[in-house]
Amino acid sequence: MKVMLLGFAAALVIATLVPVVLEQFGWSSAEQYSSENVRLD
Amino acid sequence: MNFKLFGAVVFALTTLMLSSALADEAPAIDRSATGGAQTLEDIMARQKQLEVDESFRTEELEDPADPPPITGPLGAQGGSSVAVDYRAIRYNRIDPTTQVRTPAADVLIQDGGMPWYKLREGPLISYGGGAILGFLLLLVVFYFVRGKIRIHGGPAGTKIQRFKAIERFGHWLLAGSFIALALTGLVTLMGRSFLIPVIGHELYSDLAIGSKWVHNNIAWSFMLGLLLTFVMWVAHNIPNRLDWQWLKAGGGLFTDSHPSSKKFNAGQKIIFWATMILGVSVSLSGLSLLFPFQMPMFAGTFEVVNGILGTDLPTVLAPHEEMQLSNIWHSIVAFLMMVVILAHIYIGSVGMEGAFDAMGNGQVDLEWARQHHDLWVEEVQARQGKGGSS
Repeated sequence: MKVMLLGFAAALVIATLVPVVLEQFGWSSAEQYSSENVRLD
Repeated sequence: MNFKLFGAVVFALTTLMLSSALADEAPAIDRSATGGAQTLEDIMARQKQLEVDESFRTEELEDPADPPPITGPLGAQGGSSVAVDYRAIRYNRIDPTTQVRTPAADVLIQDGGMPWYKLREGPLISYGGGAILGFLLLLVVFYFVRGKIRIHGGPAGTKIQRFKAIERFGHWLLAGSFIALALTGLVTLMGRSFLIPVIGHELYSDLAIGSKWVHNNIAWSFMLGLLLTFVMWVAHNIPNRLDWQWLKAGGGLFTDSHPSSKKFNAGQKIIFWATMILGVSVSLSGLSLLFPFQMPMFAGTFEVVNGILGTDLPTVLAPHEEMQLSNIWHSIVAFLMMVVILAHIYIGSVGMEGAFDAMGNGQVDLEWARQHHDLWVEEVQARQGKGGSS
C-alpha cells in the first residue's frame, strides 16, 4: 500500500513541477500566444 | 361507417403529410439578376423556414475586386457588399494578412464551431456517459450472477512475490493519474450540462479552473506511467498460443475452470494492449490540445487512411478544425479507456478474491497464483531452485 500512495504522490509532484519546467523551455501559453510589444509584463 | 371514418382519417393524414412535404421545398430561384448572388427570394424563403439549396453560395462566389454594378440590387455598399467580402473569407477565396501574430490568426472565419459544439454537448455526452453507466450496470449484474471468484479450496496461507516495488509504482502512477484525468475530464465535458444546474456557475467556475489545471499537468504523470509500464511489461504481453486456449475457456470467468497462463493471461494482455494503444492515442490528441495549433495530426492521418482504405477524408484542414477533431477524438478514446479500466478495476478488486494483493503489497497467495498463473509459478519456483513457496 505504501507503493500505491507513493505512486499517487509522485503523480501530484510531477503535475506540480511540469508547469515550472515547461516554462523554462518556453512552452507556455504566455510565451507562445502574445508578442513582446503587447505583453503586460 | 367505421370504414368511412378510417378512409377520412387516412385522407386527412395523407393530405397533411403531402402538404408539409411540399411546404418544405422552396421554389427554384432565378439569381441571374444578382449575378448568382443571394436574392430577396432566398432571404424570404429562409424566413419562411423553407429548404434553400445553399450550394450557390460556395459555387457562385462574387469576386470582391470585381463587384456587381452599383445599380444592382441588394448591394449594402452599393455594388460592393460587405457580405461578398465575408463570404470570400469564409469560403477561403482570399488569402488574408493580419497584424495578429498568434498561430492560425490568418483564419478569420471558421464555421465548424457549432457542429463541433453540438456533437460535444449532444451525442458525445449521451453515448459516452451511457457507455460508462451501462457498463457499470453490467458489472453489477455480473457480480450478482457470477459472484466473487474465490480461491478454490481456500488460500494456501503462503505468499509468492507477484510484482516488484518498481512495477507497482509504475502501475499506481498510471492508475492514479488516469483516475484524476478521467474525473477532471468528465467535469470539463459534462459540467455545463450536469453540474452548473446543481452547484451554480460560481462554484463550477472554481471547479472547472481546478480541473483544467489538474488535467493539463497530471497528463505528464500519465504519459510517464504509460512509458514505465510499457517498458516493464511488454515482453510478458506478447500474444502466444496459450492465449487462444485461455480465451476459448472464457478465462474461467463463467465456469470454475482455470486455463493455464504465464505471468499475464489473455485477459490481462487485452487490458495491457488496449491501455497502451488507447493511452498513446489519447496522449497524442491531448498534446495537440495542450499546444494549440502546434501539433496538427488529423490531415496527415486522414491522408494515410485514405491511402490504405481508399476513403475520401479531407486532407486539408483549417488549424481550428484540427483542434475540434482532436477534442472529439480525445473524448471518444478517453471514454473507451474508462470502460476498459472499469473492467480492470472490477476484476482486480471486488470481482476476484486475492487479486488486489498483487498490486497492493506485491505478495499473492500461492494457491491463487497456481490457479490463475500456474505456468508463471512454475517458472518462478524453477528459478528459485526449490519447490516450496517463496
